[in-house]
Amino acid sequence: MSGNKSNDMRTPLAKVRGLGSSHEGTQHFWRQRLTALANIPLTLFFVGFLIALNGAGYAEVRAALANPFVALVMILFLISGLYHMRLGMQVIIEDYVISEGLKLLTIALSTFFTIAVGVASIFALLKLAFGG
Amino acid sequence: MSKSPATRTARRERPLSPHLTIYRPPITMTMSIIHRITGGALYFGTLLVAAWLMAAASSQGAFDWVNWAFGTWLGRLILFGYTWALMHHMLGGVRHLVWDTGAGLEKHTASKIAWTTLAGSVLLTLLIWVAGYMARGAL
Repeated sequence: MSGNKSNDMRTPLAKVRGLGSSHEGTQHFWRQRLTALANIPLTLFFVGFLIALNGAGYAEVRAALANPFVALVMILFLISGLYHMRLGMQVIIEDYVISEGLKLLTIALSTFFTIAVGVASIFALLKLAFGG
Repeated sequence: MSKSPATRTARRERPLSPHLTIYRPPITMTMSIIHRITGGALYFGTLLVAAWLMAAASSQGAFDWVNWAFGTWLGRLILFGYTWALMHHMLGGVRHLVWDTGAGLEKHTASKIAWTTLAGSVLLTLLIWVAGYMARGAL
């Protein structure tokens, strides 16, 4: 056996798929970067929106959140931010939780937490946008 | 048999590795740790956003209660910390995106960027709060 590829134990199919031992390739890394990029303008909008609304009462806040543009950007902010934070928490869990069972459980709970926060927030926004 | 030179000179003073007690973490290391901590804090901070949105969508009473809680000194302290965590994590994230391109990885450059993002996060946080108080006419 000679040649520079002789030590490669991967099957041709595995090489073509290029997903490596994680079975998902660079998907986690890439989505973390994509959401990070999206989060920059979305976060700046969110912060600016809160500055403008600071001290506003119930009716004013409801009217501001019901604005279609605000509602849409807020929903994008929530989806991108929550997706990003779930990916980040997965890395933290994988780094510090040794036991495989506990790791699986905490990552699952983290996913449930993310979805619960997202669904509750987006439902609130839609309720306000569609006439409260 | 005579002792080997290594055994005979075993008591000789030797240089020691830098130890944890005298080790000063470089700023990039500190910022890396803070990036993870702020990320974790922002994770749970989303509960505040969800509570605010749900209260606004629910009733005057719920909204007034959340507004009151956010307005207490403890509430303001948490929101101030939240603001800083958000700004720090955002600027730290920009730093990571720059690094992803392969730029800014030289040791001294990386340290300079780290100090800049730290100062920037404090500055942005203060600006946001000043602007917030100005928006409600308190300044």
